[in-house]
Amino acid sequence: MRWILIGVIVAATTVGEVLQAMGMRHHGEIRDFRPGALGRVAAVLARNWMVGASVVAMAVSFFAYLGLLTVAELSFAVPATAVTYALETVLAKYVLREQVSWLRWAGASLVVCGVALVSL
Amino acid sequence: MTSETARLRVKSWICAAVVILSNVWGNFFLKSGVPAQLDTPLDYITVLFRPMVALGVVLLILWMASRMALLSWADLSYVLPVTSVGYVLVALAGRVLLHEQITARRWTGIALIMAGVALVSGGTAPQTVAREAEKANADASGVAR
Repeated sequence: MRWILIGVIVAATTVGEVLQAMGMRHHGEIRDFRPGALGRVAAVLARNWMVGASVVAMAVSFFAYLGLLTVAELSFAVPATAVTYALETVLAKYVLREQVSWLRWAGASLVVCGVALVSL
Repeated sequence: MTSETARLRVKSWICAAVVILSNVWGNFFLKSGVPAQLDTPLDYITVLFRPMVALGVVLLILWMASRMALLSWADLSYVLPVTSVGYVLVALAGRVLLHEQITARRWTGIALIMAGVALVSGGTAPQTVAREAEKANADASGVAR
């Protein structure tokens, strides 16, 4: 059961965060942080299917995570879900076409190891 | 480093600080407000009206919004490692506020995360690909001129 939930969490988080990054990139840089301007940004984003789909995927991930916490301890749940860092960095390179330099690979690898050590 | 890269780097650091702090405090209030057991589906709804849980949810909404703002200009492969400094703050908050012990293994993990964050945030520019919308805007203004 716990491995099925971890699979759901990892898949939903990865898909959700990559879609969120795609949607926000499509929108472009937010430069005006006044409340009215942010309201207009929210209205534009609400019509963006990538942002909408990312919210659905993250909701799935959130409830699967709550479910996992009822059957597994936190010290197992957090490092198991740190796999998403590695998966999302790979997708950032191949789907989002970001230039992932060796410094970023090294940084992401250190973070994955560090998260595992902190939560074990 | 061009002035545009410097501008985006400072803006990214400020926004990342909001992302990290709202996540850490949001989870802290959520955990301190949620009771040990939730029995019925209705419990999951009514728990949202406890003050601590409501404050946690508001902070997590701020977390989501600031993360989306950050992603509107910064790469995902930049945002992921940089915002992971939250794991370090949670461990430190546990030590300071809840008087938990931090083992040698955890200190090692904290050091690895900080090293990873330093490499990515100090060593790479936040943005490596031009944004589609800005390219379109630049094209449009080019035509207008």
